[in-house]
Amino acid sequence: MGDWWREFPEMDRETLVALRKALDGGYREFSRSYGAEIEAFFDPLLYFLVWFEKLLLATPWWLVIIVLCGFAWMASRSWKIILGTVIAFLLIGWFGMWEDTMRTMSIIIVCTLIAIALGVPIGILMARSGRTQAVVTPVLDVMQTMPAFVYLIPVVMLLGIGKVPGVIAVVIYAIPPVIRLTNLGIRLVDRDVMEAADSFGASPWQRLVRVQVPLAMPTIMAGINQTIMMALAMVVIASMIGVKGLGQPVLKSITNQYFTLGLLNGLAIVALAIVFDRISQAYGRRMQAYRERLEG
Amino acid sequence: MAGVCRPTANGWKVEPVIELSGLYKIFGSDPAGLLPRVRDEGVGKDDLLDRYNGVLGLRDINLSIPARTIQVVMGLSGSGKSTLIRHINRLIDPTAGQVVVDGEDVMALSKAQLRDFRCRKIAMVFQRFALMPHRTVSQNVAFGLEIQRFDKAEIARRVSYWVERVGLGGNGDQYPNQLSGGMQQRVGLARALATDADILLMDEAFSALDPLIRRDMQGMLLDLQAELKKTIVFITHDLDEALRVGDDIVILRDGAVVQQGNAQDIVLRPADDYIADFVQDINLGKVIRLASIMRPMTAGLTGPALDGSMLLADAVRFFAAADADTALVTGEAGRVVGAITARDVMGAMVRG
Ligand SMILES: Nc1ncnc2c1ncn2[C@@H]1O[C@H](COP(=O)(O)OP(=O)(O)O)[C@@H](O)[C@H]1O
Ligand SMILES: [Mg+2]
Repeated sequence: MGDWWREFPEMDRETLVALRKALDGGYREFSRSYGAEIEAFFDPLLYFLVWFEKLLLATPWWLVIIVLCGFAWMASRSWKIILGTVIAFLLIGWFGMWEDTMRTMSIIIVCTLIAIALGVPIGILMARSGRTQAVVTPVLDVMQTMPAFVYLIPVVMLLGIGKVPGVIAVVIYAIPPVIRLTNLGIRLVDRDVMEAADSFGASPWQRLVRVQVPLAMPTIMAGINQTIMMALAMVVIASMIGVKGLGQPVLKSITNQYFTLGLLNGLAIVALAIVFDRISQAYGRRMQAYRERLEG
Repeated sequence: MAGVCRPTANGWKVEPVIELSGLYKIFGSDPAGLLPRVRDEGVGKDDLLDRYNGVLGLRDINLSIPARTIQVVMGLSGSGKSTLIRHINRLIDPTAGQVVVDGEDVMALSKAQLRDFRCRKIAMVFQRFALMPHRTVSQNVAFGLEIQRFDKAEIARRVSYWVERVGLGGNGDQYPNQLSGGMQQRVGLARALATDADILLMDEAFSALDPLIRRDMQGMLLDLQAELKKTIVFITHDLDEALRVGDDIVILRDGAVVQQGNAQDIVLRPADDYIADFVQDINLGKVIRLASIMRPMTAGLTGPALDGSMLLADAVRFFAAADADTALVTGEAGRVVGAITARDVMGAMVRG
């Protein structure tokens, strides 16, 4: 103990081991006693995931492309984006990655929907109170900087390997942007306009749905766009805990040094990312059409 | 015409609809603590800021605004005009004092009652329009009606009426960004009028507009008022505007009332140098009326009859065209109350 100025006076080894054991043991105990209940809680999600994946896999490829183009058209009204979508999916199919792409797409879509369903209300609560913002912001910071592998561990300990833990991990990783930008978008709504709404006797709820959310929508869309991109970036890591899709061939390529296989699947992820990005961005832009002045 | 037809002058007994009494507003971290300094020790706005780090918004405002008149509140930027008007619909809570509207103590209302009160009784028009950029002109005008949950058909009916009425008939489906400032404020006015509220608060509603457009809007407001007879609190920092639209004018300085009266009172008898500065460039011919400069009637005097409410500028035009240079001034019911000469009129139009 006399050496504390030369060596860092660290906690002694036994205590550290004991601490780790106690925490790990406690958590293991917790997952052993409640794991089943928690799994049961997520069962509906699991059924939905399985059903949605089956739906995408069972739908004929041309119908999937048509439906996607339908969404792309509604969101963007742009022939360029439609054309790009068609080409991207034809190439994916041609190179034999259709099924994995459908699996990845199903998980990404579900994760994005969950992130929106949780993230937008959280963002709204943050915008309403400075205290909530002060609590949530550091949590988001941790979620965004903590290496994904680290929070995979407790998720896997609790729920094992499979789709549900994969979705949870992806949502944890991808949800911060939608929360942050919902909060920001609502805080940026013009104070004058809010005062006008108040002066007409709008209730907090009327203000929210008629003024704040519509005006924050372009910013919220930017958050959703980032969330989709981050969810796609998690595909490979999620495949390590048993999420099927484009991530697994990539993982296989790393262990077996199949460069081309890895590259093709990687490019498929990129193609998905670009398609989703362009569609959601075009939608965000279209929602701001009212900001443009008429010529003349 | 503004200025003469004050209901009280006509002898009607009118209950004031808006009554502000003993109103103080102090901004800062400890308004209640600073109140005695301002109220009892008479600390002024500058001192309050320097010594106590508080901003004096309003000091002892006592104001009764009768129904169906246009009350102008005038003052330089920072004099407390916006603060005052926001007390009427309680967008701002006073530090001390009372706000009574239509016999109802606004400070005693619950949250729900306050919303109801704002919906039904009071509508507001804003300096920077405060339109909702994501809504079309029609949807903006519909806003207050949607808040009150009118049915769709009623909303559509009122919206199309008011959009038409403010002269935006062809613009219903455009977004505010596509309109000029003047047109945007017409939307703001239509939005406020559509709810049929009896009280209209206008916070420098025309200040952001070009002078010509501003005159147009003032004209439109006066036309509408002639028909609708609302109780309007109209804020401006522009004396010409105040004199043109105001039945009664209150002048604020550093949060306190320095003078109250109609256009002639203000122009002919400015209460202090601050107001004298304001009025020195005013065209008196457009403010002063015959009744206030006429001479007593002397027996045997004859001539054409002019109404006592005629502006001096109009009287000059009359004398220039007529061959008389003396006229009789008439009051209520055409009764002769005095006489005036062309020379009197011209003399009164230049400041002595
Ligand atoms: N929310 C606020 N916090 C602090 N000071 C304020 C606030 N609102 C207004 N003030 C101050 O109160 C005074 C009156 O402001 P305001 O009513 O906006 O004046 P006007 O509308 O006549 O220009 C100004 O000195 C202004 O700085
Ligand atoms: Mg102001």
